[in-house]
Amino acid sequence: MSLIKRKPQRRVAIVGAGLSLFMRRALDTGKELSYYAASQALDAAGVRRKDIQAVVMATAPDAFDGVHMKGEWLLDGAGGVGKPYLRAYVGGGSGVFSIISGWMMVASGLFDLVLVVAEEKMSSCQPHPQGAFLTIFDHIIERPLGPNLLWIFSLEQQRYMAAYGIQNEDIALVSVKNKHNALAHPAAQVAAQLTVKDVLDSEVVAWPVHRLMVSPISDGAAAVVLASEHVAQRLADHPIWIQGVGWCLDTSYWGNRDLAYPRYVEQAARMAYEMAGITEPRRQIHVAEPYDPFAYKELHHLEGLQLADRGKAPDDLARGRFDRGGELPSCPSGGLMGVGNPIAAAGLMKICELFWQLRGEAGTRQVAGNPERGLAQAWGDLMQVGTVAVLGVR
Amino acid sequence: MAERQAPPYVTLRGHPLTDDEFREREASTAWTPRLEYAWDAGTAISRFLEGLRQGAIYGVRCRQCGRTVTPPRAFCELDFKPMDEWVKLSETGTINTFSICYVTWDMKPLRVPQIPAVIEIDGTSPRVGFLHLVGGVRGRTVDEIRRQVRVGMPVRAVWKPPAKREGAITDILYFAPVRKRAPR
Amino acid sequence: MGFEAATRAYDDAGVTHQDIDSFVSVCEDFHEGTSITDEYTPDQLGAVLRPVHTVAGDGLQGVAAAVMLIRTGIADLVAVEAHCKTSNILAHEQVLTMALDPSYERLPGITPHFVAGMEMRRYLHETGAPEDAVAMVVVKNRRHALSNPVAAYGEVLSPDDVLASAAVCAPLREREISPPADGAVVLVLASEEAARRTPKPVWIRGVGWASDSPWLAARSWGQASYASLATQMAYQMAGITKPDQEIRFAEVDDTYAYKELQHLEAAQLIPRADAARIVLEGGTRRGGRLPVNPSGGSLGMGYCFDATALYRTAEAVRQIRGEAGRAQVEHAATGLVVSWRGIPTQSGGALVLSAD
Repeated sequence: MSLIKRKPQRRVAIVGAGLSLFMRRALDTGKELSYYAASQALDAAGVRRKDIQAVVMATAPDAFDGVHMKGEWLLDGAGGVGKPYLRAYVGGGSGVFSIISGWMMVASGLFDLVLVVAEEKMSSCQPHPQGAFLTIFDHIIERPLGPNLLWIFSLEQQRYMAAYGIQNEDIALVSVKNKHNALAHPAAQVAAQLTVKDVLDSEVVAWPVHRLMVSPISDGAAAVVLASEHVAQRLADHPIWIQGVGWCLDTSYWGNRDLAYPRYVEQAARMAYEMAGITEPRRQIHVAEPYDPFAYKELHHLEGLQLADRGKAPDDLARGRFDRGGELPSCPSGGLMGVGNPIAAAGLMKICELFWQLRGEAGTRQVAGNPERGLAQAWGDLMQVGTVAVLGVR
Repeated sequence: MAERQAPPYVTLRGHPLTDDEFREREASTAWTPRLEYAWDAGTAISRFLEGLRQGAIYGVRCRQCGRTVTPPRAFCELDFKPMDEWVKLSETGTINTFSICYVTWDMKPLRVPQIPAVIEIDGTSPRVGFLHLVGGVRGRTVDEIRRQVRVGMPVRAVWKPPAKREGAITDILYFAPVRKRAPR
Repeated sequence: MGFEAATRAYDDAGVTHQDIDSFVSVCEDFHEGTSITDEYTPDQLGAVLRPVHTVAGDGLQGVAAAVMLIRTGIADLVAVEAHCKTSNILAHEQVLTMALDPSYERLPGITPHFVAGMEMRRYLHETGAPEDAVAMVVVKNRRHALSNPVAAYGEVLSPDDVLASAAVCAPLREREISPPADGAVVLVLASEEAARRTPKPVWIRGVGWASDSPWLAARSWGQASYASLATQMAYQMAGITKPDQEIRFAEVDDTYAYKELQHLEAAQLIPRADAARIVLEGGTRRGGRLPVNPSGGSLGMGYCFDATALYRTAEAVRQIRGEAGRAQVEHAATGLVVSWRGIPTQSGGALVLSAD
């Protein structure tokens, strides 16, 4: 069944990318972090703010900053003054959705040059940023039970493990891989050289989740510049093309779904694959950046993305398939587990990574074999939303 | 080193602060919002809550797709049609998944862990469950609790005494493991 | 409410929820009391496991997103939704206050409406408009609302009634602030080809949106600069060069009564500093030369936060279809919608709609 009405006519490319540091707590305000990333992306693209025709901002819960309508508040840092500016918001999926929103703007023919910014400053939220997530639960039938964010992840991880007979040792390997990969990432907040034992020795926060299986609280921003085809050819020697995008939101009744498999990620991926003309993702995707806010999520998502058989991603991981030097490098950036998790910015960080990987500019993080096509995915809401982007050199 | 050898090959900006530095700085403002909301439960949940007050768990059935779900809703989100066939469900169910949580939302340690779970109530369609807590379990360590709580295990609701019920999800105190009985 | 609005909208378009290709929701966390409000959007739209996304912004930004999505070619039918339950928000002023910058602008112990009070003061000063003109906007819109069956606040008022109401933050008066209402709106947008298969399409000829600086210290208080930019963008797309002649009627944001005047001037429907005169002459009444807010606007219908812009749009659509009953404007062939996100923002949108 087709998930899009027809293939889009106009092509859209990424011509520049930028990042700020990812930090546990930054002195810099959200506006400043946005500015760092945005100005770097503009420099990389060789354009100025006045050339930009529209701005998209992605930033997750307003509760982190304690500012209502925080999209408005941040717009000057994102270069939006005097421009059509829009904030798209799909929880944690926002980082990848930001580029989908930007893609829409250029592919519609309305704009030729768009700046996409994703920012998060979680540290302002006291006593703990997790407090912002207390209100994601249904106010009547869930909040009175006193749930916290860790519950949904631990419940999902346990379901995943029970459904397929997966052990915590298998999952801990994700933390090891990603934190190791992040040692080569200049923005990294929590890069480390660890063993599986280190991970499982860390305290249990909500069994089966151990502390070293959780990505950190972070402040940070990322940005990219998108261009229409004729502008991209003029600006960049090697523009990276957005070949396909997809997104899907599942029901808010998360207890009525099988948590062992993210079907909304599959739907989003199928939409992106259809647009990109991909029929054999395992062969045609050369590098992947799935969303890894918790160690098990990378595996869970790889399966939803059709890049591994259901319940089998841990086996593939164990035999090295997803290492930077493996058949399908996954999270060569170091992901959220290694670089950090400023919610919306993390997803766009993955897009930036693919941009550099596909241009052969990823330096010590470069995956071998001249990858030509990559995929980034983010996830959010109440285990509900999948956002996917397929990028390629053609 | 990473900065010179990996993209974006420029110094990344940002001024990280340690906790001490944050506390010592004078230039910060604080704001405690007073945000109060009063949500209407809606037609379906109101009836569900009233059922809880009476000590019963209700679900609804969609005439079109035949699914029986709980918590009840006014319309089937898949067929997009009203759902009005109310069904009284059992107070027993099966554990779909559970967790053993040792921290509060602001990461303070809990002496006695909480055991959140998704409970599939008997009488509903497959894989239909809702969030609640497991209780009536001895011990505090992961190993002790895992010996008593398993995915797929039957549980039964333990209720507050009728006089204390308020028409809230907490009228069910928790779901307790059902001890195996000898067959009659 | 969302389910009801969606069901009616799909029915009106002659489609089912399964025909809709993509869904856009417009909402803000602090209006709902829920973080990541996006989670709770799909079910009531019939959008489970479908492409749904939220624009945390103005209703017309949601419409713009839908327009762009359709123009990419991947979707032919897109539903745009917004709702508000202001009755659930117990401390609205606290929520509004939180929209101000916490380091420099958030003054404790003062109503956030001070931003509107200051803007109104500057507008009156720059244009020389008398306060009577602002009061007349309230009178007009409340009266228009009497003919609108979905309006909550229709009534007969005199300008003195308005001027006698308590000062909230002078010169802003209580009756010049639109009162809250609950509601939900769903719009179904379609590509040209798909629209021709529906019973009563109304065409979007142009859409625009813009933001000016969020800082209080960096704005032109007397003018709605964002509305100038947004309407210019929409006019360019629509091929409109003489808006005051080509636009027959307008539904513009009137969250505060003075904003209606500011928006009309920014949209070039009335020359700068002339809005007051035309309002006092009755030119913006339903039977006048340029009917403005024949629905009653927010002053007459009630203020619906994120749903406000979509209400203005829905009302404009009804006018163009000739379905506005007693609120009908004659020969309503081309209309303009101007929206605003409310204080303290400088963000808004514009939409040019026509019958063909």
